[in-house]
Amino acid sequence: MAYEVKLDQFEGPLDLLLHLVHKNEMDIQDIRIATITAQYLEHLDMMKARNMDVASEFLVMAATLLHLKSRTLLPPSRVEMEDGDGQDPEEELKARLLEYQRYKEGAQQLEEYPRLFRDVFPRPPLEPEAAELAAKALDAQINIGLYDLVRALDNVLRPKPKPAVHRVEGGAISITQGVHMLLQHLHGRERVSFQRCFSATTSRLEVVVQFMALLELARLQLLELQQHTRNGMIYLYPAQSLRSGSYTDIEHMIDVEAYANF
Amino acid sequence: MQISDLKARVEAVLFSSDTALSMAKLEQVLEVDTQELRVALQQLQQECHQKGRGVILQEVAGGFQLRTRPEYAPWVMQLRRTRHMNLSRAATETLAIIAYRQPVTRAEIEGLRGVDSGGIVRTLLEKDLVRMAGKKDAPGRPLIYATSARFLEIFGLNSLEDLPTLRDLKTDELDFAPAVELEMDFESKEREEY
Repeated sequence: MAYEVKLDQFEGPLDLLLHLVHKNEMDIQDIRIATITAQYLEHLDMMKARNMDVASEFLVMAATLLHLKSRTLLPPSRVEMEDGDGQDPEEELKARLLEYQRYKEGAQQLEEYPRLFRDVFPRPPLEPEAAELAAKALDAQINIGLYDLVRALDNVLRPKPKPAVHRVEGGAISITQGVHMLLQHLHGRERVSFQRCFSATTSRLEVVVQFMALLELARLQLLELQQHTRNGMIYLYPAQSLRSGSYTDIEHMIDVEAYANF
Repeated sequence: MQISDLKARVEAVLFSSDTALSMAKLEQVLEVDTQELRVALQQLQQECHQKGRGVILQEVAGGFQLRTRPEYAPWVMQLRRTRHMNLSRAATETLAIIAYRQPVTRAEIEGLRGVDSGGIVRTLLEKDLVRMAGKKDAPGRPLIYATSARFLEIFGLNSLEDLPTLRDLKTDELDFAPAVELEMDFESKEREEY
């Protein structure tokens, strides 16, 4: 990010010029062009020395000042007298300065006015009742200006930000996958506790599917469920084929149709 | 009805409202005639402006509103979460030009300020202090700008006539009569004199 350095915060060439006039305690009407021009150019050099972009407006004013200064050194040229609109460029500049000063003063006065939300505060809006809102909507006076419409259009045209919604992937797991998940737990083991075979599940759906896989394997008599004590641990005893991993055709045995909804 | 009673009623109604209330609205709500209401408002306003009160009764954008006194802003601000509208010097200057010269084109603003002012005008539009007021009947049909009702509200002005008067220039040409007559409405709600 580039830094923007402003020398004494001049808003433009007129602002700078006015500052110089006041600094030299001159009256705008009896402005001494030579002095002001010298100081103005000095200031531009200072701005350039600080690597500031000197806005073209400042340069135009510099040219104007130099032109005015040169005029003071020369006898009035006939061409200029005939050519111009009769306006003395020096008078023109004075008029501009006076007018600019006038608005600057107006701005200062405005700045000092008690301002809403800075100096004075009204009662903040209350939470409107639903009925109140409805009533308001009915006799609302809609006062929309052109800019409001342009702004509204602008909002529509602006590329919409991606909705900040966290999408939870509903991982569809088939009963076959459930069986495989279960088989991994059973592989090479004599018995596995009921709890342990669910240890790897990450969602409710996985638990459900794996539980159904468990029932399915039990139905196919590839698995035996035993509980040794009342309310005690339930154990899964896989059949020999599961333990050794020779269950290649197991997928065909599962009644996939029955679980089509999952 | 006793005037003190009406005054209290006006105060209660104004206190309860979060927007400025117009004379018409107050008349309707309080069921009084204009003359009585004016007296009550005037007295209330004078009382509020005395020392020892925390609120003032301001006449803004054609309505009446109770607002906290400027000197208590530091304390009131503690309760506010919203930050007030910051206006740069350039923005205030541009706003002043628009306020006094309206309706005014961007070129006219730039002529007066001597610098490009497009960005600032845009900012003022976005802050709703300035509005587009049509197009000037001149070559290129440039947009013309005027201040909004929001501007009056923010600066606590009842109408544009309440703007501080600018120092007079020797030239007589610089009054702030609109340069062109256009289909404009200046929020010129009738100024209630009393």
